[in-house]
Amino acid sequence: MGEEKKYFTRMGDGSIVHMTEQEIRQDIEEGIQDAAKRGKIDPLTDDEKEKLYQIITMPGSIVGVEHGMQIVTSNDSGSDKINTKCGIPTSRDVNAMIHERLLGCDSVDIGYSDYNYKTVKGVAKREATVLKQALNYCTMPLFYGAMPNLGFYTKPDGPVDNWAVLLPEGKIEEALAAQEEAVDHAVRDIVYVAEQMNDVGADGFMLDTSGAAGDADFLVALKATEIIRDRFPDMPVEIGMAGEFVLGMHGKIKYNDVRLAGLYPHKQVKLVEQAGASIFGAVVNTNSNRSFPWNIGRVCTFVKACTDVAEIPVHANVGMGVCGIPMCENLPSDIVSRADKALIEICKIDGL
Amino acid sequence: MGGVRTAGDLVMRLQLAKKMKINEAKAYVAEKLGVNLEELCDVVTMSEKREEMGLGLAHVEPCAEANAGMAAKFQIAKALDIKINSVERFKERAGL
Repeated sequence: MGEEKKYFTRMGDGSIVHMTEQEIRQDIEEGIQDAAKRGKIDPLTDDEKEKLYQIITMPGSIVGVEHGMQIVTSNDSGSDKINTKCGIPTSRDVNAMIHERLLGCDSVDIGYSDYNYKTVKGVAKREATVLKQALNYCTMPLFYGAMPNLGFYTKPDGPVDNWAVLLPEGKIEEALAAQEEAVDHAVRDIVYVAEQMNDVGADGFMLDTSGAAGDADFLVALKATEIIRDRFPDMPVEIGMAGEFVLGMHGKIKYNDVRLAGLYPHKQVKLVEQAGASIFGAVVNTNSNRSFPWNIGRVCTFVKACTDVAEIPVHANVGMGVCGIPMCENLPSDIVSRADKALIEICKIDGL
Repeated sequence: MGGVRTAGDLVMRLQLAKKMKINEAKAYVAEKLGVNLEELCDVVTMSEKREEMGLGLAHVEPCAEANAGMAAKFQIAKALDIKINSVERFKERAGL
């Protein structure tokens, strides 16, 4: 009797691994159950599990969706990656045109290389000039994008005490107050930048990696979106998340009477809708120590629960280390294309 | 979807402007452009359709007859019956 057939796939860190059918099916099941337990959500159906197995093991290095099933893309710091990641010395308005006319992107954002609104505030009008030039040249929608990045508001670089220092010292009340004060600073900065971008006609405004510093950081994105939609109604907002789970760095913060700490994507999206955003960027973390079948089983369970309840478009974040994509710099297209196909065909996402 | 090679930028605009999910946005754009869903994702069909309607292309030859950038966005706003922020601000600045 010959050796059992093994299929090429990868671990969450991108390294190659060969797995049998039984091993793949077992990892898919374990990933699904992990998500279902953590999120208190329904597991995938038997048909969806089978579909996922077929996608993981189907022949071909790159796989694709059926014609007509293609979906759209949005980015974070998209137009700057030609410079910062590839070292090609082009301007960002030219980068936007490259994304449009060479790469076939559906949208892209103009963003500063130090991708956060606190830094951008000081150069916001100059950033708006870059965006304005790009808007004149480009046909596709252009966002301005950056992160709320609440951690940048702490001393010594920022105005408030550092809650990551206060918490281990047992200064709980001071740590909570510092985060609440930082929220006000961050919202003010984001709205100021939004005003400059609206003045030059941004097609959209991106709040990327929201919640990176915890629940107060996510609150910043929600409150800023509310104000932006009220003051600049012609400029839609996309909120992209930092992780699958809102960390409770504060723990008591609420938005519309919902506690933010501990929310998974299917609950995050409902608050993003209430804030007035047009698009929600869902994130599920990749576990580097588990296989792609385990990770994508888990991802599909979380993201399907999100798209099932979402009333606005959901764009799954498929960059390094999220939504089944391995945690490595140069991404393998075999896994990226399988993750995309699974997200589109099983989770019914609206964009990537 | 391929952006201006097909109709990806147009579908994206409907997601932004009207918060439409992907299938609803595709159906809306297809109806406005007079194509079916298969054609909406097809680079050959959509290149001809976009050139005919002045909606902007990935290639811009011959320059005198092809729209790109702001000129194309004026036509897109009209064809899709949506408001585009960059077009509105441009009109204000140009006194249109």
